[in-house]
Amino acid sequence: MSSHSESRFPIKHLIGYIASIVLTGAAAWIALGTELPMGWIVAGIMALAIIQAGIQLFMFMHITETDSGGIQLGNMIYAFGIAGIIVLGSIWVMSFGYHDHGTDGGGSETEEHGGDH
Amino acid sequence: MSAHTEATTGPMEYRTQEGRMNILGFWIFLGAEIALFATIFATYAVMIGRTADAPPPQELFSLPITLLMTFLLLTSSFTCGIAINEMRRGSKNGLLLWMGMTLVLGLGFLGLEIYEFEHLVHEGASISSAAYWSAFFTLTGTHGLHVTVGLGWGILLLIQLYQRGITPRTASKFFIFGLYWHFLDVVWIFVYTVVYLLGMVG
Amino acid sequence: MEAFLDFFFGEFLVTGQPLIYGAMVSIALGSITVIAVLTYFKAWGWLWREYITSVDHKKIGIMYIIAAIVMFVRGGIDAMMMRIQTSLPGMTFLDSQHYNEIFTTHGTIMIIFMAMPFLIGLMNFAVPLQIGARDVAFPFFNNLSFWSFAFGLALFNISFIIGGSPDAGWTNYAPMAGAELNPGPAINYYLLGLQLSGIGTLGTGINFIVTILKMRAPGITMMRLPIFTWSTLITALIIVFAFPILTVALALMTLDRIFGAKLFTLAGEGMPMMWANLFWLWGHPEVYIVILPAFGIFSEVISTFARKQLFGYKAMVYAMVIIALLSFLVWVHHFFTMGAGGGVNSFFSITTMLIAVPTGVKIFNWLGTMYRGRITFETPMLWALAFIPNFVIGGVTGVMLAMAAADYQYHNTYFLVAHFHYVLIAGTVFGCFSGLIFWYPKMFGHKLNEKLGKIFFWLFMIGFNVCFLPMYFLGFAGMPRRTYTIEPEWMPLSLTATAGAFMMAAGFAVFVYSIYYSFRYAERETQGDSWGVGRTLDWATATPIPFYNFATLPEFDSKDAYVGMKDKGETTYDKSKVEEIHMPSNSGLPFFMMLALFIASFGLVWEWFWMAIPGLIMFFIVMGIRSFDYNEGFHVSTKEIHEIEQAARGEDSK
Repeated sequence: MSSHSESRFPIKHLIGYIASIVLTGAAAWIALGTELPMGWIVAGIMALAIIQAGIQLFMFMHITETDSGGIQLGNMIYAFGIAGIIVLGSIWVMSFGYHDHGTDGGGSETEEHGGDH
Repeated sequence: MSAHTEATTGPMEYRTQEGRMNILGFWIFLGAEIALFATIFATYAVMIGRTADAPPPQELFSLPITLLMTFLLLTSSFTCGIAINEMRRGSKNGLLLWMGMTLVLGLGFLGLEIYEFEHLVHEGASISSAAYWSAFFTLTGTHGLHVTVGLGWGILLLIQLYQRGITPRTASKFFIFGLYWHFLDVVWIFVYTVVYLLGMVG
Repeated sequence: MEAFLDFFFGEFLVTGQPLIYGAMVSIALGSITVIAVLTYFKAWGWLWREYITSVDHKKIGIMYIIAAIVMFVRGGIDAMMMRIQTSLPGMTFLDSQHYNEIFTTHGTIMIIFMAMPFLIGLMNFAVPLQIGARDVAFPFFNNLSFWSFAFGLALFNISFIIGGSPDAGWTNYAPMAGAELNPGPAINYYLLGLQLSGIGTLGTGINFIVTILKMRAPGITMMRLPIFTWSTLITALIIVFAFPILTVALALMTLDRIFGAKLFTLAGEGMPMMWANLFWLWGHPEVYIVILPAFGIFSEVISTFARKQLFGYKAMVYAMVIIALLSFLVWVHHFFTMGAGGGVNSFFSITTMLIAVPTGVKIFNWLGTMYRGRITFETPMLWALAFIPNFVIGGVTGVMLAMAAADYQYHNTYFLVAHFHYVLIAGTVFGCFSGLIFWYPKMFGHKLNEKLGKIFFWLFMIGFNVCFLPMYFLGFAGMPRRTYTIEPEWMPLSLTATAGAFMMAAGFAVFVYSIYYSFRYAERETQGDSWGVGRTLDWATATPIPFYNFATLPEFDSKDAYVGMKDKGETTYDKSKVEEIHMPSNSGLPFFMMLALFIASFGLVWEWFWMAIPGLIMFFIVMGIRSFDYNEGFHVSTKEIHEIEQAARGEDSK
């Protein structure tokens, strides 16, 4: 357990907050302000979202504290792995594997899903 | 048996074995919540484009409202972090003030969400109009429901804080509430990205 | 008034079925008897104080097991009715609708309300004892989990007299289960009954993860944990990540049915196959939830009665971890015939076959444990020995089914029915029986009669093979699953299967009798190590187990903690080390919390919002009361501990 002489002015929180505001704006700009191909947009803003999730976990949620820190972190990593399986797996299976959406998890919205099956 | 090793230093919320186990248990519960939201996201992703006769999202989503909602929730997550920081400094008033602010911001978010839902329904996109919109309302609604529960929970905790002050038990309750609140922000970031931004790109 | 009576006898109560009238009468008589007995012996207060509000993991475990056995009877009666109907061509014992309802409730009850609670009951009973803990990490929550399960069970089971049973199969596939094709309350019972009990299952998962990680006695490191505890930990981990998927799937279909959403519907561009996808995303991990603890029980039993340390302990642990990871990667093999492309089906074929590898490793570990052991054949061991060959038959036919191309031939036939009964009965059910008989003396202070136990074993085990082995061949002969009438050419094998089912039922009747017989006549246990060869800490306690489990514990330095204690002459009562013990208080809040949710769910089943909303409000009020509950538990004085321990160990208190 690290020593917790919490300062009056929590600089870590402020940095996290500013970073998350900037990342939110950046994602909006990438999605709506650029003419990048769809795949790039999806990959880019998903990456930004994952960074923001990391900011919450590490800068706000004290995930690594106490001797359970390793368990907590491992649990979160495993949970995100399962989440990936659920989301990407469902997209792939429900596309019936007839057209490849790649692995970005969000590239399917331009495809027509109403195809016969 | 040393099941009840009590510490006398360090943050209040970790001082009792019970407090530490409650916090670990809540982390594991958050793992379950991730699986829960992932399943709804999966459903949403699969239903993208399935709007039948209802209007598509590009026509209905509005960037300013979305950004404002995101801003409110991000700020409330920040103030919640400060509140826990105040708690660790032992400042009951600081905790009350910042946590109160967190709840007010959360209420603002919820108000905007309700306003947005009403607008969507008015435009012909309701839970029963098409598969896509069913998934949309399920996803955002589940998140909104979590925020609502959080508001009620937060108010109960503030009353307990007022009655009892910062003790190992109230501290661990507030810490857990903090985890919950930050987690809702994590979920919202993905809602913002996957639902709103990609929905507006089309 | 007339409209009300019309509704009451037309829709609310299920009428017109002689079998159901019979069930109603027997339920009414049974309830009256139970109420009369409890009142006569003035046992209501006792029941409330000692069981309903109890946070003691041992009592909660016993309540789970009792509920599971009752459900085994209910599901078993369903099974017998199906076997009777399909024994001869042209039988009119059940009509097609009634048959649909019965195979649906049979499957759902056996998985959700029999197999899982049985295993969770054994976990509750044994795991805290095996790790040297006084209770689980969250005792209040443990009681809450039980009541969520119990009220979910009640909600699901009342469907057959009030409103009608669900009839879309235990997999409840859309659009069959959707509102257009299946209006009325029946499917809602399925959705909300499972939803309610699912809350408790998730709670149990979290509870056991924290318990095992944080409440082990000093010296019991992770790699010294008894293997049943390991299997519980892995199972709990699967529960935590799989059950939310079911929660969502059920909620989505509830939205479809009650609130007009279009997720799994044919209208509004819904996707019925998405239900299958989500159901099996949960459903396959669920299979491992009900098999891994059984593997754990067999490991304990085999190593105990072979009097040897488990062979390949580490391999066993890693095998379970790998099974847990793979369990989330195979779900599509349940719907290969959906029509997905070669890429999807090949991927899931390969992952499915991979699971056979760690499972095979475990089989060799059990054989290795027995090799050169001094084996004795007590009934728990008989079940464990029968498990190995029978489960292998189920496993090998599973690999046959795993081949996507071949699956097009087998799917939806009795071949599949035979396969999953071979793994679920030979794996899970044998495991439950083995574990129950194994720990029975610790639960109730006396063993079950060995002779009756052996009759039960042989009747059930042989009956099981007579019942299900022919089903493989019926599958090859083209007999489809869930058919309510059979073709004449299937009759010989189908009739054989029915005969086997009657043998199993006879065996089970012997078991029920042996409970009564042993209660009356069995020798009472006077010491903790009931079988004389216990290896783990659960056998180190006195019998009956004090409510705080352990007065004191030595420091451990090896696996099989109790073997070490016996060598050094240590007990769980070291007079010089006794200290005050802190224990949690009982609480009636979980009962009321879940009663409120039961009322809300029942309201939703009938789409009566005037009932559902107050129920939900009541739930949140009780939650609020709980939030303000700062009960700190109570302390047991050293004097009391000395008295309890000395009485249990037959020493004079000085």
